[in-house]
Amino acid sequence: MSEVSERGSLLLIEDVKVHFPVRSGLMLRQTGKVKAVDGVSLEIGEGKTVGLVGESGCGKSTLAKAVVRLLKPDEGTVTFGGTEITGLSPRVLRPFRREMQMIFQDPVESLNPRQSVRQIIEEPLVIHREGDAGERRRRVDELLERVGLPANSGEKFSFEFSGGQRQRIGIARAIALNPKLIVCDEPVSALDVSVQSQIINLLLELQREMGISYLFIAHDLAVVQHVSDRVAVMYLGKIVELATAEAIYQRPCHAYTKALLSAIPEADPTARRERILLEGDVPSPINPPEGSAFGDRISHPRYEETIGMDLGLVEIEPGHWVARDPCCLSEEDWKKVQ
Amino acid sequence: MTEEDPAKAADREIDEKHDPKSQELLRVRGLESAFDTERGLLKAVDGVSFSVDRGQTLGIVGESGCGKSVTAMSLISLLPRPAGKVLAGEVIFKGEDLQKVSETRLHEVRGGEIGTIFQEPMTALNPVHRIGRQVSEVFRLHKKMDKKEAWEAAIEALRMTRIPSPEIRVGDYPHQLSGGMRQRVVIAMALACQPDLLIADEPTTALDVTVQAQILDLIQGLQAEMGMATILITHDLGVIAENCDEVVVMYAGRVVERAPVVELFANPLHAYTRGLLNSIPRLSLPPKTELNTIPGMVAALSEMASGCRFCQRMERESSLGDERPEFREASRGHWVEVCPECYGGEAHKAV
Repeated sequence: MSEVSERGSLLLIEDVKVHFPVRSGLMLRQTGKVKAVDGVSLEIGEGKTVGLVGESGCGKSTLAKAVVRLLKPDEGTVTFGGTEITGLSPRVLRPFRREMQMIFQDPVESLNPRQSVRQIIEEPLVIHREGDAGERRRRVDELLERVGLPANSGEKFSFEFSGGQRQRIGIARAIALNPKLIVCDEPVSALDVSVQSQIINLLLELQREMGISYLFIAHDLAVVQHVSDRVAVMYLGKIVELATAEAIYQRPCHAYTKALLSAIPEADPTARRERILLEGDVPSPINPPEGSAFGDRISHPRYEETIGMDLGLVEIEPGHWVARDPCCLSEEDWKKVQ
Repeated sequence: MTEEDPAKAADREIDEKHDPKSQELLRVRGLESAFDTERGLLKAVDGVSFSVDRGQTLGIVGESGCGKSVTAMSLISLLPRPAGKVLAGEVIFKGEDLQKVSETRLHEVRGGEIGTIFQEPMTALNPVHRIGRQVSEVFRLHKKMDKKEAWEAAIEALRMTRIPSPEIRVGDYPHQLSGGMRQRVVIAMALACQPDLLIADEPTTALDVTVQAQILDLIQGLQAEMGMATILITHDLGVIAENCDEVVVMYAGRVVERAPVVELFANPLHAYTRGLLNSIPRLSLPPKTELNTIPGMVAALSEMASGCRFCQRMERESSLGDERPEFREASRGHWVEVCPECYGGEAHKAV
């Protein structure tokens, strides 16, 4: 699947699987597996953004953790800047860590309340032995200014700030070491609209200036579309559609993508759109259906056919990939991928 | 002529224009709520007025801390005690001022004539009791049913919210259900007694978009069926656009604009409303372009200006100085706070 690529790739994920054991009973014997991420391949080019969308429980955050090696994938490989980092020991991994940073959803829980803002932002510099105390001090001041925080913020504590400003602190920490990749896990979901747009603008500016690549995870498709070059739609541990942001919105092929798009409430009271209401929730990844997971959810008549079928991605149009799944494609599209 | 408080003048104007034959269900006038804190009395809601007709959906939109939830809590006297209190104002529900009625009457109204749904369904449900017991409690309290009848009624209520196999689900504990299912249980409880008014405070914020669409669809359907009115509180302008008849925009404890939904989105008058509408990323915008923002942030409650509060955020002098801007009807049914810097003339050219 390495053909799902773009030039100048920074991060290459190939067929990554992360399975968690389910233990139950008195002896806590393993009785099953949660297939949180079940064979995902993705590539992010330098200075590019790949957006990742899907409902809660679809494996977005698990994939993010596997990418920055907070979790070790059970199968598959993660290649960063040409080096495979999947099996590296923490020691060998260390220089790669500084190139990959993360921004989290909840700026309250991801910032230590006992540390001053200066200590929080300085920490990655200390860990990676960057400069002496004076240089670090100047660097933190620079970072504060860059993310738009008042100069005296360093001596305050994170809880003295509003949600948007806390997220700026998180961003300052993430860019402290000039990383090449930042994994953003729902960075604006907890923020108000007017603050959300400030943070999105900041992330876009930083990308232009520093050439950072983003893996941008969110459940708000309008936000994802706005920041991404390409968008991957994830359903039950698998990517079901991958295309440029424009293509995903203008010509979604997969039934799940269509349903997701139609569910976004549009800020226009005169717009009359057809809404595809999905019944139920995302099925449990503990014992996923054998065939097409989405076909099973919508009780598609062709579901039986998909059992044992290869439902991997195929290129339906140049650069537009979709799961080869008869339950989820229109007849016309299905003919195309045959 | 003696000077009159602009907020009160606006109320009087609403009263005068009010058609007695209309289907008015709730009228809130000059509501002021505050919290008693170490730093003194902090006013979270500062003179809020609106009304809701039977069967209508009123949206209240605003950012965190604008007082939209405190307004909702004040309506049914559910502010955290002893810190929170309603300082002034009337909440006329079916001709009766809920601020003046007895505690017993309030108990009847809450859960009976007014149902409520809050953001996080897990906090609205008791984790140690089965779903069935919690839903049937509503029937036992308000309809004086016996245990068995109430249990049956609970199953029916769950069926109404389209929970699959409700006769099995009644035996579940809240943690056994998904977020969407829990919210359905809360809706079943809120609507159990066929209330005249539903107060839904961010009912779908914690849910996925697909589940949000299901829940909003469900509320709309049941609302049409029962002829109930809804106050929908949310920060999501998309949810407002698709679900409401009329919209109240709140900023820093005050209503800055109120209009029918189509009018508000087509012709927003207040600079704050315009700022909000312009800052949402829309699918129609080209990717990676800069979004509009509203600079600055909401002032702390203790530092709120007595004059125009949006001017305070924009760090500019309001030409009204410390005087509170009047709330006036700009065109039929479209009300706006008339600070010269935020509404009309130059303010509109700037946007």
